[in-house]
Amino acid sequence: MNKYTVINPPSDFKVINTHVHNIDGVAKVTGRATYTFDVKLPNMLYGKILRSPHPHAKILNIDYNKALQLRGVIGVATGKDTLGVKQGIWRRYQDLCDEQILPVDKVRYIGEPVAAVAAITEEIAEQALNLIDIDYEVLPAVYEPMEAIKKDAPEIHEGFERNINVTRHIEWGDVEEAFEEAEYIREDWFKCGGQAHMCMETRAAVSDYTPDGKLTIYHSNQSPYYMQGLMAGVLGMREGDIRIISTYVGGGFGGKFELDGAIFCSAVLSKKLFRPVKIVFTREEDFIATKRRTPMFYYVRTGVKKDGTFCAREAKVFTNGGAYTGMGATALYLTGFFHSFPYRWPGYRYDGYRVYTNTLPSTSMRGFGAPQAMWCSEQQIEWIAADLGLDPIDMRRKNSHYEGYEVPGQATIASCGIDQCYDEIKKWIASKGKLPPNRSIGLSACGFMSGGIFNWFDTPYSFSSAVVTINQDGTVELHVGAQEIGQGSNTTMAIICAETLGVKIEDIKVHSGDTDHCPPDLGAWGSRQTLMSGNAVKMAAEDAKKQLLEFAYAQSGLNIVYDLDIKDRWVHAIARPERGYDYGELVKKALRGKDGQRIVGRGYYTPHRKGMISPAYSYMLQGVEVEVDEETGKIKLVDTMTAHDCGQPINHLGLIGQLEGAFSMAAGYGYLEYMPYEDGKLMNPNLVDYKMIRATEMPPANIAEIDTYEPEGPYGAKEAGEGLTNPTAAAIGNALFHRFGIQLKECPIRPEMILNGLKEKAGQDKAAGKDKPGKKK
Amino acid sequence: MEKKKLRLTVNKQEYEVYINPKALLVEVIRDEIGLTGTKRGCDTVSCGTCTLMINGMSVKSCSILAMQAEGAEITTIEGLEDNGKLAPIQKAFIDHGSYQCGFCAPGMIMSAQALLNENPHPTEWEIREGIEGNICRCTGYNSIVRAIDATAKGAYKEDRS
Repeated sequence: MNKYTVINPPSDFKVINTHVHNIDGVAKVTGRATYTFDVKLPNMLYGKILRSPHPHAKILNIDYNKALQLRGVIGVATGKDTLGVKQGIWRRYQDLCDEQILPVDKVRYIGEPVAAVAAITEEIAEQALNLIDIDYEVLPAVYEPMEAIKKDAPEIHEGFERNINVTRHIEWGDVEEAFEEAEYIREDWFKCGGQAHMCMETRAAVSDYTPDGKLTIYHSNQSPYYMQGLMAGVLGMREGDIRIISTYVGGGFGGKFELDGAIFCSAVLSKKLFRPVKIVFTREEDFIATKRRTPMFYYVRTGVKKDGTFCAREAKVFTNGGAYTGMGATALYLTGFFHSFPYRWPGYRYDGYRVYTNTLPSTSMRGFGAPQAMWCSEQQIEWIAADLGLDPIDMRRKNSHYEGYEVPGQATIASCGIDQCYDEIKKWIASKGKLPPNRSIGLSACGFMSGGIFNWFDTPYSFSSAVVTINQDGTVELHVGAQEIGQGSNTTMAIICAETLGVKIEDIKVHSGDTDHCPPDLGAWGSRQTLMSGNAVKMAAEDAKKQLLEFAYAQSGLNIVYDLDIKDRWVHAIARPERGYDYGELVKKALRGKDGQRIVGRGYYTPHRKGMISPAYSYMLQGVEVEVDEETGKIKLVDTMTAHDCGQPINHLGLIGQLEGAFSMAAGYGYLEYMPYEDGKLMNPNLVDYKMIRATEMPPANIAEIDTYEPEGPYGAKEAGEGLTNPTAAAIGNALFHRFGIQLKECPIRPEMILNGLKEKAGQDKAAGKDKPGKKK
Repeated sequence: MEKKKLRLTVNKQEYEVYINPKALLVEVIRDEIGLTGTKRGCDTVSCGTCTLMINGMSVKSCSILAMQAEGAEITTIEGLEDNGKLAPIQKAFIDHGSYQCGFCAPGMIMSAQALLNENPHPTEWEIREGIEGNICRCTGYNSIVRAIDATAKGAYKEDRS
């Protein structure tokens, strides 16, 4: 089974990076954990959403009188029951706020909500949908970005010329001059598919609006604070009058931090009817009417010297934005930035165009544009190394980032373990010896961010906040806005808090997922919480600890040069750790000294002067051993090794789980998770036809954790678990290249692509007078 | 539709419910009996989040009508623990971090338990086949395989004290 190696010196941490169980384990393995899917309130109604069958149409009239007459139907809502606010998560920019979740005038994709029914049972609500009559005027539609940018293409949003929704330009160095320096230039076109988030818990919400003007919403999401802010905007309410509760969330992966049809429609119905309304998406609705990973067309031109030194790269990218902006604007930026990773380019230019089409909107998904960027970059680099007869690892290594490197105008790399990653993967490859003839190995390198810097949400709050409150018995209430979605956030925050305060993990109670009781935090996306929320928790715990230690100092009688500390609930002078007393005793004294007030520590974090993208970057190199059946083109993953630098690991079990889980999602993107559309309709919106990695397809996911220290992160920690979605598709592609010499330019890789590639290759070889396809490695 | 009376034994407790005869077992377990540990994640018997045991064997409870389970011994995730004491497989899942969001965990654990009932010493491949019908989007399965393997090897004892 798996190997997990830590290339990491021993430390004197008491809690960090030890075998701490997830703190919500008992709830989750016993069925006690209550998800939004499980919430049932008194007097609750069930909602269902009527969806557009057309990819592009004007709504002329909606008649729901017959639906209202059905016994058990309590109410119907359409766009006319809303304020008609065009919303979007990039709310700092009005023109990127383009989505009415119940549109008033027209629909722009198949599956878009047009009306919502509330009834006493889900079944009745479903029946009522058939009784709603809608007159549409069907409009010409367009589905692919390269078609949608043509002059005569249908206009999807008014005023967006050629359907171009957002553009992004990134450039540094003198690109033309750098290309002049190059001795070898290669250009390729690539196509990257979409991917469904496929959270096990589909989108779900229970909204409860009461006559006092307060709205409580149970909702499955990645950022309760965003939901609160966005719902306030669309309903014309004060943020403070809206409470979002998201205690247990059945997965997110980048798909649950924008408004969805479940939260919006249930809230509109509840506000109209003054009763709780629950909406749960079916799996099919979750496929066709949420959002997806952004499909992209990539043009890449790369210039290098004959010795493999990188000179220049330019990329032009057209993304299939679908019908609305959402987080797609961020994906457009990040794909362009991470396409340069983890290498130094004297000249680099990226131009990205996000194009509206009449398809499901595309957005962020784990990796956030980087898996697409790496699919193209890491394959082209492998091909260049082969073209020049260079070792692909050595060529990557000589061009890689290093500690202290500055990505011009973009980022400073304060910690970087990529160099050691090359050594680890070389060792792994060597350990394999000679591979059987039907197997080959492919590699891919990448890096990722630890949270975003730019404040497009326009929050007036710190990006992260935490409050630590110490009870009289020494137990600790930790209030965070960081959101637990399964990635282990609550446990990671508890570990940082326990380590800092010097108490045990079981002393910490984490309160999260409730905007009434937790401080605002931007939530779980872009791999931000360990670093940003972690810093806030560390600061809050330090604040509380300092207050405690003031009492300890006051009564210790020690010379002022001695330092006191608390570790493992033991208060002691650092110079004399054996002499001390119990932390609980100190808490009681401090409480008395403060006239009975509990000790409260506060912490916050907002990045300052950290460049354009992120305060810190993780690095990784992955090797994948692939077996292919030449008759069928079927891929099997045999083994994989990832050398990984996430700074100081905090949550040991959580880290392993994140890395293994990211691999399964990344592998799915590489060769299984295909989303074919015909005339704007997704052809496989169910789990029979949408294939993903199951237990029998998952190889061992070995990990070598490289020790680095990130100065900006809490205890030296940075991103882990999202970045590893980036390399795998390209690594699989590179394995196929080494085995067969074929260059696949579209992902996910399907068997027919391999078979066609082999046929084409055989034809070319025959023409060139070779008798057998070249087999390398 | 006229409701029908149904007697069900769930976690050793007998229930008498009046249900729509077309109701699926998962709907009756969740909505009538109120055991929400059993989840639902698809409409096509593909995801395994609704897995429970009938007479010790794993069944996706969205694949049968509740009426078909009349008289059978049904065990849900809530029935695995014994008066606050977790079953070995539950302890193993905690110890190996074999869940993240936790939504698949009840079904996954029931599949694992049923596998061990049937085959107390499975090979790694048999474990993988045993949980093939359950999708986990978070963990990549390997930690789940490790937990089941450790349980089969006796690392987690039944706590009957």
